[in-house]
Amino acid sequence: MINPWRRFKKNKAALFGSILLLIYLVTALFAPLLYPGNPSAPNLAKALERPSIKEPLGKDELGRSILGRIIYGSRVSLLIAIGVVCVGLFIGVPLGLISGYYGGKVDFGIQRATDTLLAFPGFLLALALVAVLGVGLKNTIISVGISMIPIYIRLVRGCTLSVKEQTYVEAARALGTRDLTILFRHILPNVMAPITIQTSLGMGTAILFAAGLGFLGIGVQPPTPEWGAMLGSGRPYLFHAPHVATFPGMAIFFAVLGFNLSGDGLRDMLDPRFKS
Amino acid sequence: MFQYVLKRLFSAIPVLFGISLLLFFMLRMLPGDPAQVLAGQMASLEDIETIRQQLGLHRPVLVQYGLFLGRLVRFDLGRSARTQHPVIQEVWARLPNTILLAVTAIALACLFGIPAGILAAIRPYTWIDYLFTSMALFGISMPVFWLGLMLIILFSVILHWLPAGGTGSWKHLILPSLTLAAFVVAFITRMTRASMIEALSQDYTTTARSKGLKEEVVVIKHALKNAMIPIITVVGLQFGLLLGGAVLTETVFAWPGMGRLIVDSILARDYPVIQGAILIFGLLYILVNLGVDLLYAYLDPRIRYD
Amino acid sequence: MKQEPLLSIKDLRTRFHTYEGVLTAVDGIHLGIYPGETLGVVGESGCGKSVTALSILRLLASPPAQIEGQILFDGNDLLRMSLDEIRRIRGNSISMIFQEPMTSLNPVLTIGEQIAEAIRLHQGLGREEAWEKAVDMLERVQIPSPRIRAREYPHKLSGGMRQRAIIAMALSCHPRLLLADEPTTALDVTVQAQIVDLMEHLKEEIRTSILLITHNLGLIAEMAKRVVVMYAGKIVEEAPVEDLFSEPLHPYTKGLLESIPWMGRKIKEGRKPLQEIPGMVPSLKEMPRGCRFHPRCLTARDRCRNEEPPLIVKHGRRVFCWLWT
Repeated sequence: MINPWRRFKKNKAALFGSILLLIYLVTALFAPLLYPGNPSAPNLAKALERPSIKEPLGKDELGRSILGRIIYGSRVSLLIAIGVVCVGLFIGVPLGLISGYYGGKVDFGIQRATDTLLAFPGFLLALALVAVLGVGLKNTIISVGISMIPIYIRLVRGCTLSVKEQTYVEAARALGTRDLTILFRHILPNVMAPITIQTSLGMGTAILFAAGLGFLGIGVQPPTPEWGAMLGSGRPYLFHAPHVATFPGMAIFFAVLGFNLSGDGLRDMLDPRFKS
Repeated sequence: MFQYVLKRLFSAIPVLFGISLLLFFMLRMLPGDPAQVLAGQMASLEDIETIRQQLGLHRPVLVQYGLFLGRLVRFDLGRSARTQHPVIQEVWARLPNTILLAVTAIALACLFGIPAGILAAIRPYTWIDYLFTSMALFGISMPVFWLGLMLIILFSVILHWLPAGGTGSWKHLILPSLTLAAFVVAFITRMTRASMIEALSQDYTTTARSKGLKEEVVVIKHALKNAMIPIITVVGLQFGLLLGGAVLTETVFAWPGMGRLIVDSILARDYPVIQGAILIFGLLYILVNLGVDLLYAYLDPRIRYD
Repeated sequence: MKQEPLLSIKDLRTRFHTYEGVLTAVDGIHLGIYPGETLGVVGESGCGKSVTALSILRLLASPPAQIEGQILFDGNDLLRMSLDEIRRIRGNSISMIFQEPMTSLNPVLTIGEQIAEAIRLHQGLGREEAWEKAVDMLERVQIPSPRIRAREYPHKLSGGMRQRAIIAMALSCHPRLLLADEPTTALDVTVQAQIVDLMEHLKEEIRTSILLITHNLGLIAEMAKRVVVMYAGKIVEEAPVEDLFSEPLHPYTKGLLESIPWMGRKIKEGRKPLQEIPGMVPSLKEMPRGCRFHPRCLTARDRCRNEEPPLIVKHGRRVFCWLWT
């Protein structure tokens, strides 16, 4: 069997994706070094300035540096990605485990609730939740996070169901092992692989959704720099100053691309067919 | 098959209940007095009381829910807090536009995505495969609203070929449906490719070849016919997802559909409309899923003839 | 037996180019099938027998697979033909049936259609006529209510019925040679006997030769006239079936025969454990030097470890073993 990490490294696309993510991570961590000063400070004199050598990405409608806001925006997006996935994981995984392992009425109840949540396309659900909870960074994370929960529940439940049937689980139960131990020591490790893949892809989706909400004006609120919101505020100036809308979008695109490529790479790497 | 259909119909019922519950509690989770929320910000104290009486908001919760369900079944969704028109009317005016957009987008996506997926599958790991797979990957990663804006910049601002928004002629339909299609085509291409590769690796494909059939016949009549089943399922699901993506696209292109209605209502805190629109979306999505399930049962002889 | 062989394989070498290197599944075999006979090919899983059959009809995907050698059929080399020419032979003069009846039929096409399409293609008949012929074939393979069955989908049929349908499909154009790859392995034992009977019966009726590939020695004993034994991509022995069973020459053949439990064995030999061939079939990546069987051979000598054994012809039989020099 080829070492799974080697396979990941051989996969050029996945490698490219990881490099992209690394760039974003570094940007987020070292933002103040990369762009000293306050990117959110308005300077109306220079509003809508075109890209120049000093300001490679130009200035937005309030005269703020787009490059600076994109750099700081990476912090926001990273925060959102991690936050959303945490919400999904910490609520979805245990529910999925319980649902799959115990079955019966508990399973039925959880499944019907999941069905209801899944009755709406993801973004719409996040939208509806924002309508109830209100706008802002915290609510964005919660709303998008909640829309991610059913996905994790389904995934984990499916996995749990198939692992549950394995003989070693039966053996453990026959030995009288406590349920909690079985869940954590036997079932959870086998569910880790799909969870990891889903998490990588989910982070990309989280950023997309959050950006969508931001674009509509009901996500992260200004002056916090969020790429989607930046896009949204650049919309009225599409004809005269297209750069305002273009660059934040590219930031979103490459971030999501990075997550998708890495996620696909992880999926290939962990594909059970290669475990021989 | 009859049993299958019945089962599917029955499983839709709890979901419908779930949605109604969701909507019911959504309203009550908002800060403030539900009656006031429904009446809107312009309402007078009188109006608020009228609404309270009309909808029975002073009654016990269970009774309220019952009344709510009763109204839902009659499609009485109340009045828009903004325009005072019945919500149903607002929705009905916008719904066809969204459906038109979604159907056009799906048609475009299939037109391109399915052949692309087939080509990628019969020549895996060649430049054709990498090309289509990369395009698919790009499509999934791209923010729909950004793509829309970029297309506007290209086709409206720079080339002046197409209008930037609104409706009126078939020209107005092109950019929005292309934008939506770009998002969906990625999923369809990937699914088609995966499904075809799976079908082509099956024993029955080798059998077909061993009979001396031409490769095109093997690919289309034998492999594709099998692969179509999961592909159709994905197409159906994507149609549902499109309804969600429509929200953003409609906003970008000022397309007068349900998506814009929802967004405008959220911004204006027009809760009756929000409620109504969400309900309709949910219903649509369930209907589409049901339709896909039925189609699936029809296409797969193993389920149809049982 | 100075008849001309129907199919003559000369020095067939089938290689696969994989990420882990070039793997040789079939390494230089010679084989001949005569008209009207059943030639058995016996060996354990992985010895290359299936790949041989797939190579004959060129059903292996040709970028990873590379086939060299010569396969003469009717004076033409199948390996040098164009794909179009090979397609005219497939299902027509040479047919193949596979091991898994459950998955060898296309689930979304009716049984009748799957039989009729080959008939339409090779015999140029119209839809109606081809359908009639298909129904006729179903009757010949003893499927009850053939007309009704022809309109049904494969999932409605049991394993045995499906295999019959597959046989009907393969024989529909009266091929001169039928390649049967483990035709009964996936079936219940009682059904196996029926299928064997059916195949023998049809073989006589249609006058087709059969290349019977199997690891089941009982089936070989039942159906084959001559037998070829394969090991690790090479032929190790070839003999008429009675001679092979009564007097196996190659140590591997001996080992195979001795490892079959037979009725009354316990009475005769008491609690003696079943003879097994020690060791395992070598992986394609690590072929032993010299005679490929030597690591597992109880009579291996120095020469066996270093040099590949030559062909020894003895009483009209072939064997590749240093023991017989």
